[in-house]
Amino acid sequence: MSDAALAQRPGGPRLRGRALPWAPALTLAVMLGPVAAGLAGTVGPAFGWMPALGGHTLTFEVMRGLFDWPGLTRAALLSVGVGFAATALSLAAVALIVAGWRGTRAFGAMERALSPLLSVPHAAAAFGLAFLIAPSGWVARALSPWATGWERPPDLLTAQDPAGVALTLGLVAKEIPFLLLMTLAALAQARSAQGATTARALGYGRVTGWLKAVFPQVYRQIRLPVYAVLAYSMSVVDVAMILGPSTPPPLSVQVVRWMGDPDLALRFRAAAGALLQLALVLAALGVWRLGEIAVGRLGRRWAEGGGRGAPAVETALRLAGLAAGLLAALAVFAGLAGLAVWSVAGFWTFPDALPDALTLRTWERHGPRLGALLAETALIGAAATVLAMLLTVACLEAEHRHGLRPAQRALWLLYLPLIAPQVAFLTGFQTLALVVGLDGGRAAVIVAHLVFVLPYVFLSLADPWRAWDGRFDVAARALGAGPDRVLWAVRLPMLLRPLLTAGAVGFAVSVGQYLPTLLVGGGRVQTVTTEAVALASGGDRRLIGVHALAQAAAALVPFLAAVLLPRLIWRDRKALRHG
Amino acid sequence: MIRMISAGLALLASAAAAQSPDPADWDAVLAEARGQTVYWHAWGGSAAVNDYIAWAGAQVAERHGVTVEHVKLADTAEAVSRVIAEKAAGRDEGGAVDLIWINGENFAAMKQQGLLFGPWVEQAPNWAFVDVEGKPAVTADFTVPTDGLEAPWGMAQLIFYHDAARAPAPPRSMPALLDWAAANPGRFAFPQPPDFLGSTFLKQALHELTPEPDVLLAPPEQTDYAAATAPLWDFLDALTPDLWRSGRAWPPNGARLIQLMADGEIDLALSFNPNEPSNAIARFELPETVRAYVLDGGTIGNASFVAIPYNASARAGAMALADFLMSPEAQARKQNPEIWGNGTVLAMDRLPPADRAAFEALPLGVAALTPEELGESLPEPHPGWMVRLEEDWTARYGLAP
Amino acid sequence: MVEGARRGLALERLAITHAGRPLVALDIVVAPGEAATVMGPSGVGKSTLLAAVTGTLDPAFAMTGRVRLDGVDVTGLPTEARRIGILFQDELLFPHLSVGGNLAFGLPAHVRGRAARRARVEAALERVGLSGYAGRDPATLSGGQKARVALMRMLLSEPRALLLDEAFSRLDAALRDQIRRLVFDMARRDGLPVLQVTHDRSDAAAANGPVLELHP
Repeated sequence: MSDAALAQRPGGPRLRGRALPWAPALTLAVMLGPVAAGLAGTVGPAFGWMPALGGHTLTFEVMRGLFDWPGLTRAALLSVGVGFAATALSLAAVALIVAGWRGTRAFGAMERALSPLLSVPHAAAAFGLAFLIAPSGWVARALSPWATGWERPPDLLTAQDPAGVALTLGLVAKEIPFLLLMTLAALAQARSAQGATTARALGYGRVTGWLKAVFPQVYRQIRLPVYAVLAYSMSVVDVAMILGPSTPPPLSVQVVRWMGDPDLALRFRAAAGALLQLALVLAALGVWRLGEIAVGRLGRRWAEGGGRGAPAVETALRLAGLAAGLLAALAVFAGLAGLAVWSVAGFWTFPDALPDALTLRTWERHGPRLGALLAETALIGAAATVLAMLLTVACLEAEHRHGLRPAQRALWLLYLPLIAPQVAFLTGFQTLALVVGLDGGRAAVIVAHLVFVLPYVFLSLADPWRAWDGRFDVAARALGAGPDRVLWAVRLPMLLRPLLTAGAVGFAVSVGQYLPTLLVGGGRVQTVTTEAVALASGGDRRLIGVHALAQAAAALVPFLAAVLLPRLIWRDRKALRHG
Repeated sequence: MIRMISAGLALLASAAAAQSPDPADWDAVLAEARGQTVYWHAWGGSAAVNDYIAWAGAQVAERHGVTVEHVKLADTAEAVSRVIAEKAAGRDEGGAVDLIWINGENFAAMKQQGLLFGPWVEQAPNWAFVDVEGKPAVTADFTVPTDGLEAPWGMAQLIFYHDAARAPAPPRSMPALLDWAAANPGRFAFPQPPDFLGSTFLKQALHELTPEPDVLLAPPEQTDYAAATAPLWDFLDALTPDLWRSGRAWPPNGARLIQLMADGEIDLALSFNPNEPSNAIARFELPETVRAYVLDGGTIGNASFVAIPYNASARAGAMALADFLMSPEAQARKQNPEIWGNGTVLAMDRLPPADRAAFEALPLGVAALTPEELGESLPEPHPGWMVRLEEDWTARYGLAP
Repeated sequence: MVEGARRGLALERLAITHAGRPLVALDIVVAPGEAATVMGPSGVGKSTLLAAVTGTLDPAFAMTGRVRLDGVDVTGLPTEARRIGILFQDELLFPHLSVGGNLAFGLPAHVRGRAARRARVEAALERVGLSGYAGRDPATLSGGQKARVALMRMLLSEPRALLLDEAFSRLDAALRDQIRRLVFDMARRDGLPVLQVTHDRSDAAAANGPVLELHP
């Protein structure tokens, strides 16, 4: 059949045809090896098995010790409470923002303001927020003494409140941009504008109509990101150390404290705590799933009830969405601005709104070293992100070409690195890396980052990828294009924006990695983040300011590229310009 | 089973490794050190300290051909974890950590688990200058004998500091502190134990309040712990409601105290580096009105050390670096308040006159204390006390709503 | 090629089942230049039938029978090797390519040289009254213009048969008639067998060929 051969380039597709079906299995193996070893490294010590520290027998004593620890109930409740509250609030805020403002100028402004926030490392955002809301913070300084009468900061409990309110709000401010970006990616595919317009034509209010007609479809697509937010909010360490309570702290922070305790016997308890943390996260995900079903049922009844949304309620909901979006953006930006001012501050005392004098001393002192650190950070981030994107695209394309449904179902395992508490999982991972001799170098760090980058890249890309209109594939193939040509010439260009977004998310995740870099790199690979965290332990706001800004800038560049490149490349392509 | 065997092998290997290099032949150590790269894992939270470490690295590169890489840690436990992981993985040679800045409980734990190389310290040439008689802390780290496994490189002593503009008459004893806090609620804070500095405050208060301070030098099991600590808990019960945030939130570490002082949230704080307030003033982190002082009855002091893990890659290089850190030149620079301001471990009367003169010529920071003002430091209690105090403190105050 | 084999598109005892339940069964030969219509209400399996012909049947469906094109069994060939063109109710112009880029995408690789390819594209545009549109963004075209570009893109790929999947249902009445006439005229002129599925009788009438009714 010479005609058929014409359409195929010899060799290429057939070779790939053999390799591609293995992509999901390969990806899972690359990911699951480290994760399984990491979990084994946690399960063993949790039951007394850790020969390096003299634990040679399996016992429940460690678990009993954990449950006897008097702060356990509250630490666990705090983790669960903060996790649910932060997830529900950020999801609600994103739903109201999109429902109330999609298609307006205000929405465009909010989108532009919130997207870059995604790149701000959590710890930097938390430091900034802590400075904003402290009784001696920027807000109080701006209002003192003329409005408050405070000549000295009052002894008020704002950050680190025992109920974790400050921690929850800090997480919400950081998760709104993430969920919003994921929602926008989903909306681009879900023909949401038609649904919303139809609902409004049927007399529904903007918010009510969107929630009833569009939200259920969108939620199905952003479900995994929501789960990731829930798991993350429950086990976050750095933000919790800065904004969260300490009497007791959330369980994850307590686990880290035990890990770092000079009493090495507490490392067993740390492992047990990490295992409990994992169980809590899994249970919380189960409860959330049940909640989804219940809310879905109630929601359908609500949708079928035919209520169009009272104008007053509509207005209130829209304003709430606007306020949430603006507050989140303002809080993180103002916090960062605060850090920026600190980085050039001379002496700066309460209640002055600005420092006595500005100086570039801190930048001059640390600037030269920053260049090398940023280069290392960029190299590792780029390598891990490119690998993650190759594996992700290979998996998704294998699923598309070969209909590998079982593999697709197994891919949820990719999310294990997001669910397992990092600190405990990493110790076992580090041991594995040592055993196989893969450690102490840049390559090892890249592989370690890949474990954490891949789930986020997959998470960002899978839904837009799957939601791509398959008839384009049929149309292109009927025109004589083979699967490879369809992939390179049609699918990838059409998905440029989600691809770049996934790359930016992956890169930002890589930039934010502290423990994996330190543990797997053996301290020999230094990035702007290892430097920032080490310096942050000294509490000097000027140094924190310099390094937090450098870290944020490192992650911001790919995000800018993800926003600007499609606009530039598709400046003459109306249908793709705004994705 | 395989793991047990490998752990057994690890012990054998560490015993064998202890022979190489031989510290008794220091010239051989230096010869082996040449060309090595030493990964020194040390807390990296202070620009002043980081600069000093960079200087020391440059010096040993010039003198002994040893390259020093400062691995900046947020917490020493990270380096300890690394060594444990390497041991678990059976990597008994070629470890990533060559030198750790360490003391107290971390040292006690690593020593007990056989994770340290040595003994080697007392064969180092500069050990001859160390003030073994005058500063017992250099051979007894929290009462645990160092046994030549860690080299002292700095002295620390608990000091208090206050903003003289806002709190002109700070308290000079624990009972006075109680009264002062009652009169100035919310203006004093100590870091949350088990933070090192927070725990030291507990030990300091215990030392002053307990009926018989001498029992603190022995393990707490050998005495009536409840009776010894009862006055401390009474004191803390009274003090806690008048602390910063009424004890409902705690500063995580000493660095936060500086920030709180600078922000005007507190007027009285403590530090383990007598020169820290001066340094902070020089960096615009504290107002110039801040002054340091010690309590009338004296305060707890200790030494900090560097140690070499059992599986370090560059043991000879690490030894050369550690020896340099104990040299008069390095020690004088370290004590210079404009550089770091950390007290020396050396005995002045053992030094050659020129080196002694260098120490005498050092400037004194604006808020620093002379050795006379610092006075004799109190000994650290046995580490067992710290463990018990931290546990009990956490149960009483660390989990309160 | 088999000597004396029947030219055109032949569906030989084609039967599609879903989970063992029969869905569509068909046995038909469409001669070159002829346009056959399969009629039936929504959901009867018309689009599934076309998916079987193009080779893009969802794995959830099972198929028996053969698809022959000019006597050659193409049942086992991948979609891109079958040389069966298809038009959907949406034009599915690639949004990232210009109008000319879309047409060039359809043009086979054996047309070599930039100038030659550009000339073919320009000629195709001229045939449907869109001269000078090569550089345009497809998103800026009207519905009728898009439909004409989609048709020409398909024809440039040199198909040997043409499938129409409700291809005219989104066009308004005036346009619909015009585009329909254009498609069938061009197919007839190029001697292509056409198989269309539709639920609209006027489409069947315009095809002016055999009509098969599918019943649920």
